[in-house]
This record gives sequence, structure tokens and C-alpha cells, in this order.
Amino acid sequence: MPKIHIDGRSYDVAPGQNLLEACLGLGFHLPFFCWHPAMGSVGACRQCAIKHFKDEADAKANGGRLVMSCMTAAEEGIRISVDDPQVVAFRASIIEGMMLHHPHDCPVCDEGGHCHLQDMTVMTGHNYRRYRFSKRTFRNQYLGPLINHEMNRCIQCYRCVRYYREYAGGADFNAFGISDHVFFGRERDGVLENEFAGNLVEVCPTGVFTDATLKQHYTRKWDLRWTPSVCPHCALGCNTSPGERYGTVRAVFNRYNSAVNGYFLCDRGRFGYEYLSSPERVTLARQRRDGVRADLTPEAALAQLTQAAAGVAADPPGRWIGIGSPRASMESNFALRQLVGAERFFAGVEAHEWELDTRIAAILRQGAVHSPSLGEVERCDAALVLGEDLTQTAARMALSLRQAMRQQPLREICDPLKIPHWLDHAAREAIQGEHGPLFLATTAATKLDDIATHTWRAAPDDVARLGYAVAAALNLDQDTAGTVTAEWRAAAAEVADALLAAERPLIVTGVSSGNRGQIEAALAIAAALAVRGKHPAVSFVLPECNTLGLALLGARPLPEGMDMVRFGLAHGAIVVENDLFRRAPAEEAKAFLAQLDQHGGHLVVLDQIRHATADAAELLLPAAGVTEGSGTLISSEGRAQRFFTVAAPTPNRAESWSWLEAAQGHTPALDDMVAQLCALVPELEPLRQAAPPATLRLAGQKVARETHRFSGRTSIDAAIEVSEPKPPVDPDAPLSFTMEGYAAQPPAALIPYFWSPGWNSPQAQLPYQQRINAPLRGGDAGVRLLEQVAGSQFPCAGEPPPRFEPKAGRWLIIRLYHLFGSEVLSGLGRAVGSLAPDAYVALNPADAERAGLKEGDAVRVEPDGRRGYQVPLRLLPELPVGVAGVPAGFAALDGAGLPHWGTVTAEAPHA
Amino acid sequence: MFSILRTIWDVFLHAFAKRVTIQYPEQKAYLAARYRGRIILSRDPDGGERCVACYLCAAACPVDCIALQATEDPNGRRYPEWFRINFSRCIFCGLCEDACPTYAIQLTPDTEMSEYRRQDMVYEKENLLIDGVGKYPGYNFWRVAGVNIGGKDKGESEREAPPVDLHSLLP
Amino acid sequence: MLESPYPLWSLLGILFFALNIAAGLIWLERRLLGLWQDRYGPNRVGPFGLLQVVADMVKIFTKEDWIPPFADKWVFIGAPAIVVATVLMGFVVVPVTSGIVIADLNIGLLFFLAMSSLGVYSVVLGGWASNNKYALLGGMRAAAQMLSYEVFMGLAVMGTVLMAGTFSLGGIVQAQARTIWYVIPQFLGFVLFVIAGIAETRRLPFDLPEAESELVAGFHSEYSGMKFGMFFVGEYIGLVLISSMITVLFLGGWLGPWLPALVWFLIKVFGCIAFFILLRASLPRPRFDQLMTWGWKIMLPLALANLLVTGAIVVAVR
Ligand code: SF4
Ligand code: SF4
Ligand code: SF4
Ligand code: SF4
Ligand code: FES
Repeated sequence: MPKIHIDGRSYDVAPGQNLLEACLGLGFHLPFFCWHPAMGSVGACRQCAIKHFKDEADAKANGGRLVMSCMTAAEEGIRISVDDPQVVAFRASIIEGMMLHHPHDCPVCDEGGHCHLQDMTVMTGHNYRRYRFSKRTFRNQYLGPLINHEMNRCIQCYRCVRYYREYAGGADFNAFGISDHVFFGRERDGVLENEFAGNLVEVCPTGVFTDATLKQHYTRKWDLRWTPSVCPHCALGCNTSPGERYGTVRAVFNRYNSAVNGYFLCDRGRFGYEYLSSPERVTLARQRRDGVRADLTPEAALAQLTQAAAGVAADPPGRWIGIGSPRASMESNFALRQLVGAERFFAGVEAHEWELDTRIAAILRQGAVHSPSLGEVERCDAALVLGEDLTQTAARMALSLRQAMRQQPLREICDPLKIPHWLDHAAREAIQGEHGPLFLATTAATKLDDIATHTWRAAPDDVARLGYAVAAALNLDQDTAGTVTAEWRAAAAEVADALLAAERPLIVTGVSSGNRGQIEAALAIAAALAVRGKHPAVSFVLPECNTLGLALLGARPLPEGMDMVRFGLAHGAIVVENDLFRRAPAEEAKAFLAQLDQHGGHLVVLDQIRHATADAAELLLPAAGVTEGSGTLISSEGRAQRFFTVAAPTPNRAESWSWLEAAQGHTPALDDMVAQLCALVPELEPLRQAAPPATLRLAGQKVARETHRFSGRTSIDAAIEVSEPKPPVDPDAPLSFTMEGYAAQPPAALIPYFWSPGWNSPQAQLPYQQRINAPLRGGDAGVRLLEQVAGSQFPCAGEPPPRFEPKAGRWLIIRLYHLFGSEVLSGLGRAVGSLAPDAYVALNPADAERAGLKEGDAVRVEPDGRRGYQVPLRLLPELPVGVAGVPAGFAALDGAGLPHWGTVTAEAPHA
Repeated sequence: MFSILRTIWDVFLHAFAKRVTIQYPEQKAYLAARYRGRIILSRDPDGGERCVACYLCAAACPVDCIALQATEDPNGRRYPEWFRINFSRCIFCGLCEDACPTYAIQLTPDTEMSEYRRQDMVYEKENLLIDGVGKYPGYNFWRVAGVNIGGKDKGESEREAPPVDLHSLLP
Repeated sequence: MLESPYPLWSLLGILFFALNIAAGLIWLERRLLGLWQDRYGPNRVGPFGLLQVVADMVKIFTKEDWIPPFADKWVFIGAPAIVVATVLMGFVVVPVTSGIVIADLNIGLLFFLAMSSLGVYSVVLGGWASNNKYALLGGMRAAAQMLSYEVFMGLAVMGTVLMAGTFSLGGIVQAQARTIWYVIPQFLGFVLFVIAGIAETRRLPFDLPEAESELVAGFHSEYSGMKFGMFFVGEYIGLVLISSMITVLFLGGWLGPWLPALVWFLIKVFGCIAFFILLRASLPRPRFDQLMTWGWKIMLPLALANLLVTGAIVVAVR
């Protein structure tokens, strides 16, 4: 550990840091702009100046020279001064220079109150404008419904363009112009294309880029009530801090977790929260009797649910079934399973996908492979992706993988040149365009193609065959290596070599292609690598926030449940947070509902949003989602993470588990549910540690959800009732709904928002870390459930599927994923929904030509044996011949069990 | 000991002094313009609403009796969608006025605002907004701010250069 | 020893007057304080604000009568009654005129001292039963203060007893009729008794048990409504009682030329009351340790010395 001397005192710091990181880690208030913990230093802003002394005598003589702390390594014995009057004056003059052209905007600037520039201006003591000449101005650009642009406020730190182009790999954003009028934006107005553009909001230290969804209902950061939460929009489980005021969620901020999302979220996670105020929300309980719908009071709703629950208990076994959901919490699924019994608990997941989900759960449960955290993904140095368009299905992982692909060049090029990795500009200059080995075998083009060593486009089965070929290439003792999958031999050899050469190889696959072979192939590769003495990591990408949790809990496949109704074995169904029309072919779902109706059966639905199933329900109850309720989700990594409500409880809304338990006359708190769950499913025992119990008190206090500057509490409700009501109490969390509470740093799982004295911006995450970029003090949030078990036998990997053969006039209809639109909840949001593609069917141009179809033609896509739909045609050159793609999230085909053979035919023009 | 007796005597002598009480409401006291009484929201010299819904007054208020919600007109001018002061909590400290960057919120010398129902002490924007500039005649925040609003484009504020021409490479 | 021709009427009359004067004092005190502070005091309700008393009573009767859930309920309820009861008992021995007295006991003075020491129970119990730290501190202070000041209060009046040769209050007045108002020969005793009297009634500047700047409201912090009213009224009746005692012991009771005896008595009593109010208007509250130091180190020796000298003179004169 190097020892460094700051202003005459010595400190031990971690090796490999620069002085800025070291000083910030030690708690010094050193201003900076262009350095970013995830992006390193470029020395552009000159704000982080310090004094560097030659030796002790130099320090005594008050000599020394100005250096940029972010550009200087914290080497053993280095002597510096942070508060030398000269550097203090220098830093003040730098910020004064930055503020010359800064507009007089703070009161109307959305950044105000969490503005890094404000913080730094206060920190350096610049408080009076001496500049009397005119200010430079810019015109703004329209950058889409997610991000607002106000270019006048720019201080030319270049963080945005470094982030957008270099870190996130975007191309449609740049710095233009020279001198003091450098402009940061797009070539022309238009929606920012990168899936991670939203992070500009936090990366830009000023109000140039701000959250346009927040602007719709603007509130200052200090006025929001925050909570520790988990993103419900994909399976990766990024940690978020949603902020609420006057009963609605206003914005979602990143919540640092070194093992998961670090500093960044994808745009679906950041902006998807708007679904909470969509008109499709279920806000009141509703009944449907004889075709007449009527709203219910919470009491009446509970009475009806109680009746149903009594029916469940009284009936002969099997008369009621429960349908769980991969987007409902562990507790909600468990409560339903307890109510109807494990034998009558069915997974509300499309049958084909469920097969893959359970297979993956079994592999992970056995401890056969190591499932890496996103942090580990970011550190891997060679990767093979089988069949996943990561940027669309597990976006944050794509961003991690992009960083991972710098690992090998950093090691092989920068290390010999002794360029520290944080010295970003030098490192990028040295690396030039080099990337580590990344192999993408997918069905369509992906947004990672630009850094891939090799990309292959093939039908799902062929992708699986490539995987098997790689495994065969790695298997030395099998002479028959690759004979079956001979067409991939050359490719496989290349991949195998790269994986073998890597220190931390990674294989990524998942269920989005709906192909079992890909999963088995990934397993076979991992097994082969293990035999060759490697420690490969395998990431299985799952579709929904609790898919893995539901699979671990265990449930019977959905068709069996539907059959029970069809054969009259059940006459009632409770559906938790699910739309059956997205989980089963529309005809079957419809028939299921009709059968329930016919036999005088009952359908109870608990959900946050309205859909066809909810509309058919005899009793519909408003379920609290993430941000409105509390529970636990298990991410695809196998990490159990707790989310807590940010909204104050209302009788008109409760978590599904809470409704179901209340119907049985119980009123358990979340901790009781977790305890019951752990008692009955011992395998999930670590779940208990996902967050501290609700009884936790820090210095006798709960943790405050509101900031200590929260305003208006004697006025917010005054229009309704001038006497302030008693603040609500959360029985499920050691968090208060008020500003009273523990002021210092709570355990990571309970951090509602980041703030520390002098740091109001997102940079306030830094003082919470053990040291810069390290886990939060006290350890990161969440607990991993499924660790690799040494010596565990790899489950049998099966045989490669046969080669994909295009069929004349017929196509294999697969799903194509879109960050915006493929996930149900976020797709209902105003901004995200507006960016979602309209339904389409994509074909290879050659295929289209053969069928006599043109781009934009109205065509009918009809999976065999299913209903067809009319959609416009899109040409997608990357798509293999014989394969047709439809967007995932297109409600009509979501339950159709894709991939599925079918036809694409020209729609006869209407008569 | 003596001082105690003298104090008692001095106080006793006050029995013959003139009373200083002003017999309100029959008599009215003079309250200076800067007296801290009923709060109003003023307008800028052009007649536009001054408040830009920056939330600073709400943050400054020690009893948290101000609540508002920001919104924007189609031209990007920000203003409060609603603005509420719970005068039954207000301590007339004037910190909101101090915090306000636009001179929108001002305390006035009107103190006659008793009500029989506490609920009537809750003032909404329509009760607060006046048709004048109040104590500060000349100021218009939007004339110095850098954002454009209807009727004022980029570069048209005080001491602003015209917008940069991005197609020029001249330094 | 005096005998009243109409003991029952005396009793009812004294009770009626004591209570009403106490109520009137609420108004009087505020008016006088106003006068000395160059203000008006209550002047809105009724003529000269006289109906303020009624308004206050209406208010105090209609206030929520709250018993804190953490308090010792029965003691909490009982404590305010004690103060009123003991003070009223003190009036039993007060000879208003030679014809208006309830019972001129031959140990009248001792009976008064006994009653005034019982009054402290009310404060201590009230403070203790409230189960509130400020109330308890107030109660403790009251106990210490009463204990200390009672000692030399008793000693201070012994001079008059020696001179009059009787404990009967009627006898003491009659003795003054024979000689001279005892305020002159017993001036030191008079001063000591006044000081002790203020302390006994816990009035400013000796209101340390309820010092609102330190103890919220001291022993009655938790009291509200009429229970608080009882403490309040008890204090005023105590004020009337102590003024009556000063009048009887030192100012010649009902004695005086031209005017009827009752009028003289009332004039003297109200004079004393006005003086007490003047003290409140002019003097700051001492620290508690100062209060105790004065009590034990100055007042007590002075009272003893006064007794000694008086005794010596009385013996010498005989
Ligand atoms: S960027 Fe920061 S300093 Fe600049 S106007 Fe916005 S809040 Fe103020
Ligand atoms: S737009 Fe923001 S991040 Fe980009 S250079 Fe300007 S201040 Fe820095
Ligand atoms: S005067 Fe003081 S208490 Fe009243 S609204 Fe303003 S800041 Fe709040
Ligand atoms: S401080 Fe002024 S401009 Fe800001 S919200 Fe309050 S009244 Fe409006
Ligand atoms: S942070 Fe060091 S120069 Fe910008």
C-alpha cells in the first residue's frame, strides 16, 4: 500500500489510483469536472489542481509545482498539498473562468439542487461574477423525449462526448466547433440513438443534459422522497432510487452497486417508471358481475377476495388454481403458492420459455457453472454470446461487456507501456481501436457488432450448433470433435482459441431465442473449458425481473393449469400480475377464460396494469408494483435484492402477497413472509439477508426516505386538511416516510438516496464507497443465492439440434427485441412507449423479393395453427434466409410460443 | 439591596407614566413597506408571473409551509402550476423572500388575516398572485436568464451575444 | 378570644369573598401589571375588561380536561384539590373583624402555619404524579423551598406572639389595639414574614417551582383545564390569605379610625396584594441556589436574632 503525504500528514492508499481518487477516497473535498470514476481522467478541466513537492525540504520551503491530481499517480512517498493558498486561488480562478459564459439559470435549471457545478462553485468559494461582457449563447437541439438539451450551461468538460462515444459506444453525438464555442450534441436534431443516453443526465456535471421525463413534473432532488429499489424492467436487477412527490414517482436515479450497475442504468430502467402514471394502471378494485363492471371500495374488495380464499380452502383440492408471475416478487408468488397449494400453482410464463427457465434454474441450482455478476462481466477478457441481442434484452450487460472488451488491450498494450488504466486518454490513444475477443452469434444484427471480433448471423438452431462446435473444438479427447457441426469448424476453432487464451472467459446465452440447444451448448463449452483448466463464467440472460425467482420457487407449466380448467378439474383461478394473453396463444387464453365463465367459475386477477385478462376478471385488485410495494426479486445473476415502497401506503393498493394474506385473515409484514418462505424453501434461506429486517434501528432511528431539506410538509396536504396527518409507518422496512431518521450511511440495501455534505450531485455516491469504485461501505446490496459448487457434475448437455433448413413459402418466426417496447411495463410509459416500434414483421430482402413483397407492404403474419395479424413489412438484411422476425412485446404474438413456423403472406387489399 | 428597593420604586412610578399601547383596531399603527406580513406573489414589469417555480422559497421556509408544483408553458416559460402557503403555519420570518431569486414572493405590511376556521388560512395561488411588481419595480428574471421563452430567443437576454454559428470554423 | 355572633354566616361570607376576590385578582393583577408596564392590561371584555374573569373561566371550564396516560391518575387528579382545600382551611382562623371570624382558635397562628405547610403536598404530588421530568423538578423545588421558608416564617411571627402573649389571631389584633401596630416594633419580623409569604405562595420572584424559562411550567406542566385552574385559583386565594395574615399580624387587622372595621381590613389586605403584584412587576427571579442560600444563611439567622432580641426585651419590660 503506497503511503502518500498530504499537507504534512501521511495516509495509506490503495495501489493503482491517481491522486484525485486517493484524495476523494480519504474524504478531501477536491473539486473536479472531467474525471469520472468509471471513465478515468483526461486532465481537460484543470479544476483538480494540487501542489506537488519534490521532497520534504521542498514542502517545507513551500516550493512545489501545480499538477492536476487526476493526472498524477498516487505513488509511494509522494508529497502534495491540497489547501496550499496558491492552488486554492488557482482552482477558484479556473471555476471563475468556467462561469464566464454560464447563464443565470439556476432557478429554472433542472440540474439545480443536484448540480455538480453548483457544488464545485461553492466548494471553491467563487461567489461573485466580475465578468461584465456579453455571454456566449447556443441554440439547443431536440434530442428526443428522454433528454433535454440546454447548451448554454456547458462548461466544456467533455464528459458527455467521452461517455457517449467511448464508454457507451454511441455514434450520433459529438463535439463540434472550436475555441470557446464548442458544441456538444448531434449533427442535427433527433432522438439520441444510444440505449444508455440517459446516463448523460448524471454524467454531465451541469444542466446541459437533464431528464426530460422529470421536466414533465419537475421537482428538486431535495424535495423527493426516495427509496432503495430494484429496476423491474429486466432480469439484471440494477439498483435504483426512485424519487416520489405528491404521490407520483418523478424520476429514477442510479443507485450505486459495484457488483451490479455501478454508475449507469439503461434508458428503459431510468425512464420506464412513467408507466406508473399511465392510464392503463389499475387504481381501484373492480368487480365484473354478469358483464357489468363496478368499482369496489378496498373493504368490499377484500371481502370478495376473502370469499374466494375461503372457497380455495373449502373446495375439494384442485378446484382452484393459482397462476404466478415472473414480474411479481418472490413473496407474492409464494403467497399465491401457499394459498392454492404447490400442486395447483402454475407459472404464468409461456410454456416453451418456462422449459428453458427451469432448465437454467436447475443448472444454476446445481452449482454447475459460475454465474457472474455484472461487475465480473465488466472484468472478463473474452466473451462468446450465443443468441442474445444483449443491448435489447439485458442492456446493462451490453454496457459492461463493452468495457470488458478493453481488458485485454489494456493488459497487453498499456501495461507494458506503464500507462495506468485510469489515464483514459493516453490509454485510448495506445489501444487505438483494439478490442478484446468478443464473438457474437445471433440471429440479427446487434449494437455490440462494432466491437465484436467476429459476428455470425444464423437461425437459432445454427447458433446452437456453433456453440456445440466450440465445445467440440475445446474437447481434446474427443476425436470426433466437430464432425457433426462441421460447417462451424473454422469459426469454432477461433472462438475456442480465444477463450482458452483468456484469463476470465465468459459465455453469455439466454432464453430470448427460445432455443434449448443454445443453453446446452453454453454448458458444454463451460464444461470443456473447465476440463482445460479454465474458470469460465456463464451468464444466462432471462427476460423478467423475477424469472429466476419463480423458477427457483418452482411451479407447474401453464398449459397444465389451463388443462385443469378445460377438463373441469378446476373452476377458479387466481392470477397474480400477469396477462395470460402474453403467456399462451390468444385462442387458448380466450378459451380458458370462456371455460371459466361457462362453468360459473371465478377469475381473480391482481395486477398493476390493465390488460385482456384483467378485463375479464370477476374481481380485479390493484397490486402494488416495485416502487409502491416491498418484496424481493432474484436477478438473472442469482442475486436476491429487496425493494421497498416509495409511495405512502393507501388502502386502495397493496402488494399481491399482502392482499392474498389479508384474504386469509393474516396481516404479515414483509419479514414474516420472508421467514415463511425461507422455512418452506430452505434453499432460498440467504434471501433473508437481502436487506436488514424492518426492526433494524440505527442509533435508535429508522432510515429517512426524505432528504433533510424536504420542503412543504405542513402545506402539501393543507388544501385537503389543514391539520397535518400522522406520517404513515412502513411495517415492511426500517425506513421512515419522513425526513426524521438516521443521518449517517446506512447499510447498502437501505440507502434511499446519495447525499453527503457539499455533494448534492450524483457524485455524492463517491463518499459512500470504501474507496473510489470499490463496494459501498459495509458491502454492496443484495445477496447471491447460487454459488458454483466445486466438483459439481455438469448436467448432461444433450445433442446438437439439426441444421436449420429454410422452407419454401414458410418462415421460422422469431422474436426481435427492443429496449423500448419489448417489456410490458415500461412500454406503457409516455416517453418510452413513444419510442417503441410499431408492430412489424421483418424479412431478409432476398426472401421478400422471392415472395414478391416490398418494404412497408401490409402483410399477414400467421404462425401455424395460430391466428394471423396484419402488420407492415420491414426488410432486415442481417436476418438469415428463412427466418421472419416480429418485435417482442407485440401483445398479439407474445403468447404464440415463438420461435414457431408460420407464413408471411401479402394481405389482400380490402375490397 | 438598595437597588432592589429602587427598582420597586421605579416600577411603581410607572403607574403615573403615559401608556404606550396603540388601541388597535380603533387606532392603526404605521407598518413600514418592508414589514413582514401577508405574503404575495408579484408580477414582473411586463405583467408576466414572476415566480419561476424554483422551489427555493419552499426549501428556505423553516416551517415548511410552502408547497408548489412547477410546470411550463408551451414556450418553455416555467411557472407554478399551483402554489400553496399554509398561513396557519407561517411565522412571517421572511426567509422565503430572501431566498427568492426573482423577487416574486414578497411579504407585505398587511397583518389582518385572522380567520375563524384554520382551514381558511390556506392560501392558493389565486389568493396570492397580485397584479403588480410589489416592492421591486424594475426586475425581470427572464431578461437575465439564458433560457428562451416566448418572445425572447437565445442571445436576446441582457449581456448576451447572438447564438454561436456552428458552421463557422472561425475561432 | 373572639366569638362570632353568626359563625355560619361568617363562614359562608368568608368563603364567598375569598373565592371571588381570588377570581377578581386575575383581573386586578393583569391590570396592575399593565399599569406598571405602561400598558392597559385586559380592557376589552366588559367595562374596564372586568368580564375578562368570566371569559377566562368559560375558557378554562371548556378546555379539554386531559389526564396524561403516563400519569399516576388518582394522585394527579387529587393534587390540585389539596392546594385549594388547605388554603381555604387557613381562612378559618382569620379574624376579619371582631365580629366576622369562623373560629378564633387559641392556637390560630399554629393552625395557619400547619395549613400552609400542608399546601406543599399538592405541589409535590402534582409534580410527581405528572411523571414528567420538568414537573418532578418543579415539585422537588417546591418541597425544598417551602421547607426552608416555612422555618423562618414560623420564627418571624414568634416576635409578635411574644409581644401579644397569645397564638390567637384575634388576640394578636386586640393586643395591637392596646399597644401599637406590630409592624413598628417588629419591623424585621414583618419584612421576613413578607418574604417568606411570597415564597410560600410561590409567587414571583420566588416562583421557581414553575419557572417557565427553565421548567416549561414546572409542577403543573401537564395540567390543563380546570385542574390547572385549581392551581391557579389556589395561588390567588393563597395570596389573599397571606395578605390577610400580614394585615392581622403586623398591620393591626381591622383597626383604624373613622371607617368601618371591615373596610379597614379590606384596604390593608388589598394594599398588601398590590404590593405583591408590584414585586412581580419589578423583580427578576433569583437562581434556585441563591434562594436556598438566602433562606438558610440570611433569613433564618435574622429570624432567630429577631426572636432573641424581642424575647429579651419582652422579658426585660416585664
Ligand atoms: S448547470 Fe448548475 S450551476 Fe448551471 S444553471 Fe444549472 S443548476 Fe445552476
Ligand atoms: S455538455 Fe455537460 S458533460 Fe458535456 S462538456 Fe458540457 S458540461 Fe461537460
Ligand atoms: S415567511 Fe417564513 S415561515 Fe412564512 S412562508 Fe416565508 S419562509 Fe415560511
Ligand atoms: S423562490 Fe420565488 S421564484 Fe422560486 S418558487 Fe418561490 S416564489 Fe417562485
Ligand atoms: S478533473 Fe482533473 S483536470 Fe479535470
